[in-house]
Amino acid sequence: MSAPAKEARAVEKVDLRSPEEIRAEKKKGRMGAWLILPGMLYMALFFAAPVVVLLSMSLFVKPEGAELGEFVPGWNFGTYAEVWNRYWPVLLRSFVFALIATVAALIIAFPMAYLVAVRLRGKPLLKGILLVLLIAPFFSSFILRTQAWKQILADEGWIVQTLKAVAILPADGSLTATPFAVICGLTYNFLPFMMLPIYASLERLDTRLLEASGDLYASPAQTFMKVTLPQSMPGVFAGTLLTFIPAAGDYVNAAILGNNRDTSMIGQVIDSRFFKVIDYPGAAALSFILMVCILILVLIYIRRFGTKDLF
Amino acid sequence: MSPRSTHLREQRQRMASAVRQAHISRRGVLSGAAGVAMLGLLSACGTKGMGGAKPSPAADRSAEEAAVRWSNWTLYLDLDDAGRKHPTLDAFQDTSGLRATYTEDIDSNDTWYGKVQGQLSRGQDIGADIITPSDWMCERLIRQGYVQKLEHANMPNVMANMLPKLKDVRWDQGRYRSVTWQTGFTGLVWNKKAFPQGLRNVEDLWDPRLKGRVTVLDEMRDTMPMMLLDQGIDIAGDWTQTDYENSIDVLDRNIRNGQIRQVKGNSYKEDLISGDVVAAMAYSGDITQLNFENGDQWEFVLPERKGLIWSDNMMVPVGSPHKANAEKLMDYYYDPEIAAEVAAYVNYVCPVLGADEAMKDIDEELVNDPLIFPTDEYLAQSTSERQLTLDEETLFQNMFQEVIGS
Repeated sequence: MSAPAKEARAVEKVDLRSPEEIRAEKKKGRMGAWLILPGMLYMALFFAAPVVVLLSMSLFVKPEGAELGEFVPGWNFGTYAEVWNRYWPVLLRSFVFALIATVAALIIAFPMAYLVAVRLRGKPLLKGILLVLLIAPFFSSFILRTQAWKQILADEGWIVQTLKAVAILPADGSLTATPFAVICGLTYNFLPFMMLPIYASLERLDTRLLEASGDLYASPAQTFMKVTLPQSMPGVFAGTLLTFIPAAGDYVNAAILGNNRDTSMIGQVIDSRFFKVIDYPGAAALSFILMVCILILVLIYIRRFGTKDLF
Repeated sequence: MSPRSTHLREQRQRMASAVRQAHISRRGVLSGAAGVAMLGLLSACGTKGMGGAKPSPAADRSAEEAAVRWSNWTLYLDLDDAGRKHPTLDAFQDTSGLRATYTEDIDSNDTWYGKVQGQLSRGQDIGADIITPSDWMCERLIRQGYVQKLEHANMPNVMANMLPKLKDVRWDQGRYRSVTWQTGFTGLVWNKKAFPQGLRNVEDLWDPRLKGRVTVLDEMRDTMPMMLLDQGIDIAGDWTQTDYENSIDVLDRNIRNGQIRQVKGNSYKEDLISGDVVAAMAYSGDITQLNFENGDQWEFVLPERKGLIWSDNMMVPVGSPHKANAEKLMDYYYDPEIAAEVAAYVNYVCPVLGADEAMKDIDEELVNDPLIFPTDEYLAQSTSERQLTLDEETLFQNMFQEVIGS
């Protein structure tokens, strides 16, 4: 809205309200600004500033005969081309893994959320217990839980032994140190981020709509597709974003459950550029590329599937 | 299983459960703090270039402040039965009147360096008066001027009792900037039941029967010298980039074809326990510990073509205001009796002359353990690599990361 238009509307309003009302309105506005301030400051300090630092670091130059870790400010855009050419397959793999994990988490989380939020209505005790059971594992350490997957999928474990017995897995096959294990870990670790938003939106689902749908001769499948799913879309939407974004940048799962051939994710590469090779500009450029890629993917997703009332 | 004194075994079990609970490992690869540290460092150094002039040491306020702060690896100092106190360190506090703060916050040379380099380059206090990095990192820190010169007159025990072999390391002739804390070996390990044939050289890891059941270490400074040695190269001598490339090709081939299951940090121990891994490159002290915790299942050897010997060394970082106090502490641990107490707990090679005598009063059997008091023949089975040039350091690390997929 242009400034004069705003003014015109404000003038219009003034004519309609009493002086007390105007004062109250103004006070409310000032209040709002003050309440936003801490959030804005926080974002400026811990998001905007680091991003600027990251950007400038990614353009630093290594001077001739420099000591390890010595870089001077510059405009070396070549770093971007270099890391992109070298690591785009890893970046692509990260997004593919994150996508598969997100879809898997959605398939697992939706029925769980539905059970707790809709089916168990009117049974608060059972519902409470189930909800706690679903969330409780996530009170323990992230690394510890990922480590547990190593034990679950270990060669001597019953899963691998059973799969071998029924010849699904070849005799010399294994599950750990495979892409499968990494995706399992990602799916599991980000499950609550998928489940909770879906649960929150299903909880508000008006079951009378389901009855009405049945009264209109819709099959259960039709009811689900036409009533339940659309009603839960805000939750699904939030859940997929909350799962996909951190999963794409994750490196713990790939480091613990992966191998060194076909499971490396971009987080691992950034980690090794920074700590092992001491290539600070390269690490910064990769981080920035990752951010931009996620931003683009998320924007496409929002444009394609996003609802207006969400954004 | 060889019968060791019960108190030692109990200690081991406690250590094991402490590890399981806290989930920390001495040379762990993963650090949750890594990401946070990265942000911190970037914002700290972003406005100003790193490097340039060497930082100057901080003024010594040891006389006014009776304190000393020590950063070390986990499970690297004796611990009492309750698992809370370090008896030798407590005794030091009592006799010296200094308050010692002991922190186990080094879990990888690289991660530690990434965290503190910005501060070191500006000569700032990193919150430690003694740090304990490995040889090659010590060499780098000395070259970069990130550590203070030590006063030999303040450390009579160190001067008198350091093993002669250790006194003239290539990167710190005469030990003016570093004092050895513990020494260890990098060698080969295998599960005796699953692979009774055993290993003699790195090359035996490529046995088809071990396909997918092998790990190598993710520290380039361990795995690559081992690979070079296996090619019959004298790693202390003048080997070339071509030698390195030939060796890394062997590594690459065995990663591609699935012979090597994973390239791992300290967590290789968990894979040995779970049985996923049958044979591996390993650190000597780790295997002693594993055998105590899980029954005597594994055997550790130095390869016939030699293994590696390395040390972690105490140094005073450039911004530390307590150098004299730090020297006092270093000197204290070169008392043979104190050193023996530590060695009985950590099971790494003790760098102190006369500690074997003192060990007789603690645990007779440990005196003959070659991993704590190695014989000359055992030592002759180990070596360490020549200095890498600056360019080599970056290039070799880069190639290594490339081959291990990150």
